[in-house]
Amino acid sequence: MIAIIDYDMGNLRSLENALGRLGAQYAVTADPQTIRQADKVILPGVGHAGKAMDNLAARGLPDLIRSLRQPVLGICVGMQVLCRDSEEAPGKPCLGVFDAHVRQFVPDPQTKVPHMGWNTLGNLEGKLFRDFPKEPYVYFVHSFYAGLGPDTVATCRYGGLLFSAALKYEQFYGTQFHPEKSGDTGELLLKNFLAL
Amino acid sequence: MLAKRIIPCLDVKDGKVVKGINFLGLKEVGDAVELGRRYAAEGADELVYLDISATREGRGTFAGLVERVAGTLNIPFTVGGGIRSLDDAARLLDAGADKITLNSAAIARPDLIGEIAGKYGRQFIVVAIDAACGPDGVWRATTHGGSVPTDKELFSWAVEAQERGAGEILFTSMDHDGTGSGYPCAVYARLAGLLDIPLIASGGAGGVGDIAAVLTEGRADAALAASIFHYGTYTVGAVKRELAAQGIPVRLKEPERS
Repeated sequence: MIAIIDYDMGNLRSLENALGRLGAQYAVTADPQTIRQADKVILPGVGHAGKAMDNLAARGLPDLIRSLRQPVLGICVGMQVLCRDSEEAPGKPCLGVFDAHVRQFVPDPQTKVPHMGWNTLGNLEGKLFRDFPKEPYVYFVHSFYAGLGPDTVATCRYGGLLFSAALKYEQFYGTQFHPEKSGDTGELLLKNFLAL
Repeated sequence: MLAKRIIPCLDVKDGKVVKGINFLGLKEVGDAVELGRRYAAEGADELVYLDISATREGRGTFAGLVERVAGTLNIPFTVGGGIRSLDDAARLLDAGADKITLNSAAIARPDLIGEIAGKYGRQFIVVAIDAACGPDGVWRATTHGGSVPTDKELFSWAVEAQERGAGEILFTSMDHDGTGSGYPCAVYARLAGLLDIPLIASGGAGGVGDIAAVLTEGRADAALAASIFHYGTYTVGAVKRELAAQGIPVRLKEPERS
């Protein structure tokens, strides 16, 4: 069973639909016991990283998430809150699983913010990307990004900047893009995660 | 590299697609879910479903349709038509829509943009502007499908919408829409230069050359089209291959994996 952590950070419908299409059993939950016992855990999130940390804290989840031993996948803001800190939440530490800072894109004539649409991945590493085509397109919607670091397992280029499209530390994974919206490529990534 | 997006638009009335269903040979004529699935399979980057129902019953049917679309598609989709309040937006979000478009309602009550963005984030809101160029050379927004003129000047309204929380601007020239004569690229380029958020071009494409022009000269980030896809002039895949041949970055369908 997959636990999708429900902490009031955006609509989970598309993620549920994507897992449903793959035939996965899942529960949308904030219950610590259910999360701890799940085979895999997904931390989704759309919105503000500071609010995401507040909502996790209000449900008593930060320590629990850090202590999980099963595969965990953070998506979008879910990935960002697994990083050390975010410019979106100054002075507020995030979960600190990934060794990365989250910064804000600065708009210029070549760099619209949010970074929205289909962009290509590079430097893919690890099982999450098994059977991936070379330079696959995936769907992004975000105004903040994690810089490159030791945990980077996929990169993406936007506005002259190379950032972390995916992170991995031990059994924690994170994608800045939305696999549940990334067509067949995204479906393959979710399938690879389910197979871990 | 970030791809330029190609976005087919489907007009839906009482739960059925009302335009351009002739060529597809679908079993269930007008099935909006099946048509969307077909476009996605051809390589559409996103879809827009526009509800043109005039009745409450029709709108109810649309929400049900949005749920079925969300269950089927694995690409983002936007819904629009008749969204007047935060509640309307919430209902469509809960049904599974990734984004909504606001048009007349945003002009009637600009605060609505901020209310929805504050609750769901700016990535959820596309502000659509239908504008026409007046005899004085000033572009002004219109409402109700171009039938009602307003005094909102296009460029300042687009920037205001961005400041209020729009995540994208969808601009249609009512002088070009439905003519197949191409887009006013200079107007798009000026708009793109003023905005920090993505700009979607809509209305006027007669062929791939027009789409290529608005994505390059016009500096638009995406092109939305209805007629050229619905009437079978081009498939989404054919448009994207031709754009790619012209050196425009687009997401082509991946080769089959083993």
